[in-house]
Amino acid sequence: MALRMKGVSYEYIEQDVLDKGELLLKYNPVHKKVPVLIHNGVPLCESQIIVQYIDEVWAGANGASILPADPYERATARFWAAYVDDKLFPAWLGILKATSQDERTEKVNKTLAVVAQLELALAQCSNGKAFFAGDSVGFLDLVVGCNLFWFEALRRMFGVVFVEEGKTPLLAAWAERFGESGAARDVVPDADRAVEFAKKLMARRGSAPAAN
Amino acid sequence: MAGGNVELKLVGQWASAFVTRVKLALHLKGLSYEIIEEDLRNKSELLLSSNPVHKAVPVLIHNGKPICESQIIVQYIDETLVGVGPSLLPADPYERAVARFWAAYIEDKLVAPWDRVFRVKTDEERGEEMKQMLAAVDVLEGGFKECSNGKCFFGGDCVGYVDVILGGAVSYAKANEAIFGAKLFDAAKTPLLAAWMERFCELDAAKAVLQDVDTVVKHGKFLVAKNSARASNN
Repeated sequence: MALRMKGVSYEYIEQDVLDKGELLLKYNPVHKKVPVLIHNGVPLCESQIIVQYIDEVWAGANGASILPADPYERATARFWAAYVDDKLFPAWLGILKATSQDERTEKVNKTLAVVAQLELALAQCSNGKAFFAGDSVGFLDLVVGCNLFWFEALRRMFGVVFVEEGKTPLLAAWAERFGESGAARDVVPDADRAVEFAKKLMARRGSAPAAN
Repeated sequence: MAGGNVELKLVGQWASAFVTRVKLALHLKGLSYEIIEEDLRNKSELLLSSNPVHKAVPVLIHNGKPICESQIIVQYIDETLVGVGPSLLPADPYERAVARFWAAYIEDKLVAPWDRVFRVKTDEERGEEMKQMLAAVDVLEGGFKECSNGKCFFGGDCVGYVDVILGGAVSYAKANEAIFGAKLFDAAKTPLLAAWMERFCELDAAKAVLQDVDTVVKHGKFLVAKNSARASNN
């Protein structure tokens, strides 16, 4: 999404993370994880760090600035971005990894609590505008937004709904706008692919099966 | 700084390595601030209202606006507050990404188990956390090599971002052997980090800000005993 925002072209190399290849192990020896951006042969790891790098290297490209210009807004965006990676991601991933229904329910409830907090964050950050970053998509929109296709996958697998008009009206409206934005459209994977991958992951780990 | 409004307030607690990071950054930049010492068993209205999400220290309050999370605060100080000395983060985007990478590594792989090692209840769990910490220190030795390029600090010739992020915990590193029986930065195993630690302690900012090691040893032993006792009371 960040590369799309900057209008930068790139070669995409799909990895099988359940069977990691030499390339990934070579370019991310410390964590052995995706994503890795390789720029002129030099690897960069950790998605939030990569996005900030892209923003700094292609500053002024396409007029899009990913991080806010104002330092206080930048600190606020980073705060909520850290919150999403520390609290949201492990919570919903825990739904897939759960080995019992009880554990699954616990993780669902955790995810709901975090999403409720993000509804408040959106109100605070957006100040009535369309996105976390204001009039257009920015850093925090990307960081939260990349979880949405997984929320849809989890809905199809477990019937759980995390973002809905009744409970999280701001996020629900934002999610629709985000999905249609230039950054996300045609970039974000289809939820069905995520479901397929999740089933493979769960079978590998021996997680408790989905009801569907 | 005499007179005028106190623009910077730091809500903190003496034992916190995270708060220490912020103090280091402020001292390195020559910035004055008011310290508001918290009793974390009885959190103040100021802390709860300025960090409602985590209710944790440190919180930097700049002109009345709160900034939370120590790494975010240090970056804010570096980017925003006009002080003395060079930037903590390098100018080059790639070097910035490398610095951020190792700061994140320190947080996730070293500091996280380090925090848990004081809180877990059994010797077995403590052993597990210590194993993780020592494994991370091994990897970090390589990180130091990468960042320092043969020079004195992660930041090169001058103290940089990663030095500050790791530096906040130096008193705990020194206290590790007395509390847990194992050196954290052992010159025999990770010579670069052991040498870095000694050099870091010589800095004026370190001397001004780092906690007294004996006090940290006492505090650490107290925490371990308290949490172990909880286990045997269950």
